[in-house]
Amino acid sequence: MKKFNPVIKVKKIAKEQSIRLVEKTIAKTAEAGNFLTNIADVFLFITRVIKETFSRNFEFKEFLRQCFQIGYKTLPLISVTGIIMGLVLTIQARPALLSFGAVSLLPGMVAVSLIREMGPVITALICAGKIGSGMGAELGSMKVSEQIDAMEVSSTNPVKFLIVTRVLAATLMIPLLVIYADALGILGCWGGANIKGDVSFVLFFSQAFSHIGFIDFLPALIKTFFFGAVIGLVGCYKGYSAGRGTESVGIAANSAVVLSSLLVIIVDLIAVQITDML
Amino acid sequence: MNETQTATVISAKADNPRQVIEINNLRKGFGTEDVLTNVSLKLYNGENLVVLGKSGSGKSVLIKCIVRLLDPDGGTINVLGEDVCACNHDRLAELRKKIGFLFQSGALYDSMTVRQNLEFPLRRIKKDLSKNEVDEKIKEVLEHVGLSDTLNKMPSQLSGGMRKRISLARTLVADPQIMLYDEPTTGLDPVTSDEISSLINEVQNKYKTSSIIITHDIECARTTANRIIMLLDGEVYKEGELEKFENSTDPSIKSFFK
Repeated sequence: MKKFNPVIKVKKIAKEQSIRLVEKTIAKTAEAGNFLTNIADVFLFITRVIKETFSRNFEFKEFLRQCFQIGYKTLPLISVTGIIMGLVLTIQARPALLSFGAVSLLPGMVAVSLIREMGPVITALICAGKIGSGMGAELGSMKVSEQIDAMEVSSTNPVKFLIVTRVLAATLMIPLLVIYADALGILGCWGGANIKGDVSFVLFFSQAFSHIGFIDFLPALIKTFFFGAVIGLVGCYKGYSAGRGTESVGIAANSAVVLSSLLVIIVDLIAVQITDML
Repeated sequence: MNETQTATVISAKADNPRQVIEINNLRKGFGTEDVLTNVSLKLYNGENLVVLGKSGSGKSVLIKCIVRLLDPDGGTINVLGEDVCACNHDRLAELRKKIGFLFQSGALYDSMTVRQNLEFPLRRIKKDLSKNEVDEKIKEVLEHVGLSDTLNKMPSQLSGGMRKRISLARTLVADPQIMLYDEPTTGLDPVTSDEISSLINEVQNKYKTSSIIITHDIECARTTANRIIMLLDGEVYKEGELEKFENSTDPSIKSFFK
C-alpha cells in the first residue's frame, strides 16, 4: 500500500497553485495587451483620418451627399425633439417660477438653458443614435460584403472616400442642427407659455434674447463641433473596424451609439468646466 | 476550354513567355494559424490559371495577397514587373488599376445604381474620359455581360447571377490586364454557373486578360482552365493541365474530379 507523504502533497498543491497563478497572470497580461492594442488602433485611425483630411483630391461630391444625409434627413427628428424640449421645459418650469412670482423670467430661463446645455446635448444624443448607428451599420455591412475591399482594389482610398467625408459632414452639420433645434425649442417654449398664459410673440422673444449673451452662445456652439467630430469618428471607427460576420454589423451599430453617447456627455463635462473657468 | 483556345494560349505562351505574376515562397498566417506556408506559382500572359483547393485551404487569401488586401508574412509577389510587397501607396494604386478583382459576393455598392457602380471605378482610373466616352464604355461592358437593360436598377433588384455579371462588368470597365476571380460560380445554379464560366473565357478572348480563377467548382475549372494548381495544407500540391488532374490516381485529387 502506498504511504501518504504530507511533504509530497504540499509540494503538489504548491505546484498547482503556482501554475494557476502563472496562467492567470498570462491571461491578465493578454487582456491588458488587447486593451493597449485597441487604444493604439483608435489612435492610428484618428491620425490617418486627420492626414487624409488634409491630403489632395478631396471627395467633395461625396461630402455634399453626406451633408445631405446627415443634415437634411435628420431635420424631421430634430424638429420634433426641439419643439418638445422647449414645450416640456416651459410646462415643468412655469409652476415653480409662478410660486416665486417670477414667471416673467420664464422666456429667458428657458432660452439660456436651451442654448447653453439642453439644445446641444439632447440634439447630439439624438444624432449619436441616428447618425452614429447609421454610420456603424452602413460601414460594417460594407466591410462584411467586401465593398470596402472592392473600393480599395479599384484604386480608391476608402478612408478618404468613406470616413473623411462622413466625419467632416457630421462635424459641420451637427452645429447647424443644434442651432435649428435651439430655435425650435424657443418657439416650443412660446407655445408652452401660451397654453396657460397669453404672451405675444414679440414680447416673448425680446424677453428671451435679452437674457442671452455671447458667452452663452459661443462656447455652446464650439462644443457642438466636437460633438459632431466625436459622433462621426466613433460611428466610422466602429463600422470600419467591424469583423467579417453579419453579427459584427449589429455590434458595430450598437457600440457606435453607446460609445458616442458616452463621449458626448464626457466632452460636454469638459466643455462646461472650461467655460466655467472663462 | 476548347482545344483551339488552349492552342492559342499555348502559342501565346511560346511567343510571349512573359510572366505577368510570379509568386515565390509566399507565407501568410492569422494569429497562430498558418494558412499559406510555402506557395510559389507563375501566371503567364494570356492564360487562365485555375487554383483549386478545399474550403479553408487559403485560395482567397492567395489572391488577396496579390493585390495586397492582405499583407504577406513572407515571400515575394511580382506583378507586371513590380514587387507588390515593396510598393508604396501610390505605386500600389497604379498597379491595382491594371488588375480586375471579382469578389465572391460581387461586392456591388448597395447605395449606388448599376450605372453608378460602373462609373465609380471608371471615373477614378481613367480621369480624362469625357461624359460620352464614359457612357460608351458602360454601354459596351454591359452589352458584353448581356445586361444592358439594368442600367438604372439598384443591386438589390438583381438576382445573384446578374450581380456577378454586373460585378464582372465593373472590373472590365477599367480594361484590366490581369483578372482575379474569387469563386465566381459559388452560390449560383448550374446553368448560371456555366454562363459565368463561358463569360470568363469570352473576357479572356476579347480583353486579352491573364486570369487566376479561384474555385472548387470542377465544371468551372473544366470550362476555363488552361492550367490548374491545387492547394493543399498551404502549399502547391500539384500543378499541370486539366488532363493530368482528370487522369490522376492520387486520392486527394480524385476526390475533386469524381
